[in-house]
Amino acid sequence: MRRVILWAPLAVFLIFAILLATGLLKPSDQAIRSKLVGKPVPEFVLPAGVEGRPGLSSADMKGGEPRMLNIFASWCIPCMAEAPQLAELERRGIPIDAIAIRDRPEDIAAFLERWGDPFQRIGSDRNSSVQLALGSSGVPETFIIDGQGIIRHQHLGEIRPEHLPELVRAFEAAR
Amino acid sequence: MIAEFGLAALWVAAALSLLQLVAAAAGLRSDSEALLGSVRPLAVVQAAAVALAFAVLILLFLRTDLSVLLVAANSHSAKPWIYKFAGTWGNHEGSMLLWVAVLSVAGGAVALFERKLQQRTLIATLAAQAAIGLGFYAFLLFASNPFARLDPAPAEGQGLNPLLQDPGLAFHPPTLYFGYVGISIAFSFAVGALITRDVGPAFARAMRPWVLAAWIMLTLGITAGSYWAYYELGWGGWWFWDPVENASLMPWLAATALLHSVSVLATRDGLRAWTIMLAVVAFSMSMIGTFLVRSGILTSVHAFAVDPERGTFILALLGIYIGSALALYAVRIATVRQGATFNLLSREGSLVANNLLLTALLGIVLVGTLYPLALEAATGEKLSVGPPYFNSTTGPLALILVAIMAAGPLIRWRHDQLRMVVRRLAIPLAIAATALVGLLVFQPGLHILPLLGLVFAAGAGAASIAPLVKRNLRRTPLFTWGMVVAHLGVAVSLAGMASESAFTRERLVAARPGETVIVGPYTIRFDSVDPVAGPNWSAIEATLTARRGQGTPFTLHPQARTFSAPPMETSEAAIATRLDGQLYTVLGKSDGQGRWQLRLWWKPLVTLIWLGGGMIAFGGLLSLVGHLRRDRRSARREAFE
Repeated sequence: MRRVILWAPLAVFLIFAILLATGLLKPSDQAIRSKLVGKPVPEFVLPAGVEGRPGLSSADMKGGEPRMLNIFASWCIPCMAEAPQLAELERRGIPIDAIAIRDRPEDIAAFLERWGDPFQRIGSDRNSSVQLALGSSGVPETFIIDGQGIIRHQHLGEIRPEHLPELVRAFEAAR
Repeated sequence: MIAEFGLAALWVAAALSLLQLVAAAAGLRSDSEALLGSVRPLAVVQAAAVALAFAVLILLFLRTDLSVLLVAANSHSAKPWIYKFAGTWGNHEGSMLLWVAVLSVAGGAVALFERKLQQRTLIATLAAQAAIGLGFYAFLLFASNPFARLDPAPAEGQGLNPLLQDPGLAFHPPTLYFGYVGISIAFSFAVGALITRDVGPAFARAMRPWVLAAWIMLTLGITAGSYWAYYELGWGGWWFWDPVENASLMPWLAATALLHSVSVLATRDGLRAWTIMLAVVAFSMSMIGTFLVRSGILTSVHAFAVDPERGTFILALLGIYIGSALALYAVRIATVRQGATFNLLSREGSLVANNLLLTALLGIVLVGTLYPLALEAATGEKLSVGPPYFNSTTGPLALILVAIMAAGPLIRWRHDQLRMVVRRLAIPLAIAATALVGLLVFQPGLHILPLLGLVFAAGAGAASIAPLVKRNLRRTPLFTWGMVVAHLGVAVSLAGMASESAFTRERLVAARPGETVIVGPYTIRFDSVDPVAGPNWSAIEATLTARRGQGTPFTLHPQARTFSAPPMETSEAAIATRLDGQLYTVLGKSDGQGRWQLRLWWKPLVTLIWLGGGMIAFGGLLSLVGHLRRDRRSARREAFE
């Protein structure tokens, strides 16, 4: 018995080496795809980002109608650039909620004052934990979530005018 | 001509390593004095040849000889000389040449200086070292030739990655390699001892200084690398659990465990098989790390050239070396007589617990680093494992480890009584309890890990000084001082980590010049943004005036740099260091309408992290000098008798 155990380290190493070899032989694919498209929104409850507006929780995403969720921050320059496109989406009747990342209420209020305010609810994510749980790694990002709380679409980076048709299509598809 | 000379020196070194291996194997078999006697000189000359090849490569980089492919691809004539010099190892081929040079210089040093080890074991050790060298020489010569020519020579080189254009490059990789690759000596000692079945206290005492020396360099290299990433990347973090960072941490964990088990073997003749296993594992982790970094199999911030062919080559080497060592272990270790046994509550017991925890940490880091790979192989899914996994799994184990580290030196060898141990720990426990109450009262709402980190740091700091209490400090052996300083360093570093995590204040803003931002105790006025130029970059530089309360204002100049060759943007953080922490400022993007992104952090006591790392390494140095001195004294006494 004891003699068998002595071979265990070698056996573990061989399994490990085979794993590495298969990893090497596979063609590498560097594209990052969202893992969460098709999955439910992770459970979260966030406090209000600005005074006088409700905070945001995952339960708000399960109201039967699809919603858009924008991840932004007052310190984020590209978020300023996408503001007109968000305003346009709101004008077309798409309900938009937001999560403000590592931000402060007064800064968020000033940002909305300056760049426009298309948001129904704003949650404040002080340490990026909900952002990470959503599989989002930067700001801005935009998700489309169907009425059952399932993530249907993820848009990385700022929304430019040419992205609008794609987002509207994805939103309609989520109905 | 010079490049060909370097290549020739590399071939000579490779041939000598083959000769060294053959002479050692034949000598051990036939007991021929002539063959056995030739091994040491061969190891020394081989080290000299590869050192020469490395010196030639440095010369080529200093002269920016663009007819050499490697220089043309990684250097540029307009680069400051320090980066031309350090750029020698800021690329795959140069870095692998440094790797193998360190390997052989370490072997040469053993051949020159090792006097305690039994001769046959020493020859077997040098044979193992030569065998490792041979494989990596082949890798360089056939798959990564640093001296390849480029014809015709281009008019200008492509430049060095700007992130590497920092004084850190001159210091961090060489120290790290001396530790990382230097630990190969422990591996070869273990293989040598398995071949000659010579595992015991004398073997452990011979191995200990080499392990210590490599461990000191590894500690310094990791500490320096952490600080480098902290200020250069501009993310304000000091450890990212990046695969390449983990690749240096895993050998360190194994080497730390080895350092402690070797002292059990040297002092009490216990843990024989385990010590041999750790010596094999430590350098195996170095080789696995080299493979992970060089094959590009895992995505990392250390963006090295991705080349599956090179990866396959290193993987084959790994398979041969680690596989053979483990097979030899399986065949031979049963014939190594079992060492002394001991009680659970004893110094040995605490060192075993330390070893088990370090090994568990090593396992966690290894699994976390390779999990994405395993998952992709099994299901095709891609994911990355980040700080949430590593922090929540390693944090609690590390805290238990610190507690054992604090108590261990206060427990007697062989067996002890719990009552006595608790009594010796009374003051540290009281200090930890006071810290706990103080933090709960004055800093409510801390997260559990940072809170416990601060409490354990206070208790462990006090406990690590305890072995000096009631001793004549001038007669206390140097290696005891070394242990005290290193353990205190762990407590200091832990305090820095916990404080950084618990008390950091962060402000991310988009501001216009003239506006004022408050972060932690500082009021920061954003004065202006101006263009500045360096030797091979231009930059936008912010002027910030920071003031703490009514104190004297001072200015900070974070930059967003644009390098010309190769074209790339980096952010250069401006950091103000104070006794109680650092103010860390980064200038980000502009919105084109006068606003700039500013990232500001106040990080209380963050410098303790690296101060502690330095103390750990310094403690190792004291211990090394202490052991060498005592060994020399006992050798002299034996000669006298």
